[in-house]
Amino acid sequence: MQQPQEFISYFEKSGLADNIRENDLLFPLIESVHVLAICLVVGSILVVDLRLLGVASIHRPVRRVISAILPVTWSAFATAVASGSLLFISNATEYLGNGYFVAKIFLICMAGLNMAIFHGISARDLPRWENDTAPPFPARLAGGLSILLWVSVIACGRWIGFTMPVR
Amino acid sequence: MIDATLSGLTRWLAATPLSHAIQTTGWIIPSLQTIHILSVAVVFSSAILVDLRIWRLLQRDEPLPDVARRFLPTIWPVLLILLVTGSLLIVGEPRRSLLNSTFYLKMALLAVAIMLTAGLQRSIASSPDSWDKNRGLQMAGRFAATLSILIWCGILFAGRWIAYTQAG
Repeated sequence: MQQPQEFISYFEKSGLADNIRENDLLFPLIESVHVLAICLVVGSILVVDLRLLGVASIHRPVRRVISAILPVTWSAFATAVASGSLLFISNATEYLGNGYFVAKIFLICMAGLNMAIFHGISARDLPRWENDTAPPFPARLAGGLSILLWVSVIACGRWIGFTMPVR
Repeated sequence: MIDATLSGLTRWLAATPLSHAIQTTGWIIPSLQTIHILSVAVVFSSAILVDLRIWRLLQRDEPLPDVARRFLPTIWPVLLILLVTGSLLIVGEPRRSLLNSTFYLKMALLAVAIMLTAGLQRSIASSPDSWDKNRGLQMAGRFAATLSILIWCGILFAGRWIAYTQAG
């Protein structure tokens, strides 16, 4: 079994990582795609969160809001992960040593957990309340937590740029 | 002439007490940028979701005027937040944007995006019944939606690029 450290340094030393590091256009280009994807992730999931909180889209059943929005959120999330991974391997050791980066990854996992708990537990009786203006407490909690988590993810992402020794 | 005026303005702004406060308090600029990006996320996603609905890619079960009414009005107050946070970022680091051609490209694209979005919002509201039926209107709508997606993406790209093209 390889150590995770070796595994990461394998990617960091790859030609691809070299290119992203050295090329003047590649890093900002991938970074722009990353920002664009994250904006779409956060903006679209906010539509669902605000519906769960009973604040917006209240005339639409919750399930319809979710089924229309989540494909957008997931496609954008996949793009954000792909572009983010490319940025990460260009300087993996520095990123892993950055507290804001570690916090960002942790918060994204928490957002995923929050979503899994909502779909697995809180939304089991969704057909009973999906037309209500204000859904029951567990659903509102999931919406509120999601907003807090994604706002923190964006903040951590921005703080990484100010605390990394390079760039 | 314009260059001299701009660098004069830049120097004057950088010397104001507000600029000094923003420059010397480490957490202010990242905080402003965080609020700025969150607001960009709201405006961008609102516009894109309506554009995708015009292309009938999602929310087909809801009439376009209803989708537009659900998303487009949000854009305007959030643009005000963008104006305030953006202005404060300029005051804090005037050279970064005012002496940077990418910044002016972003503003030009923004002006087009605002006109396009306002036009779209108005024309959907003024003929709510014909958007999903009238073929000519549908084609015009798809053209406007495609343009809107491209311009908003351009604004985000330009925004990130400002950091890489600032005057030394």
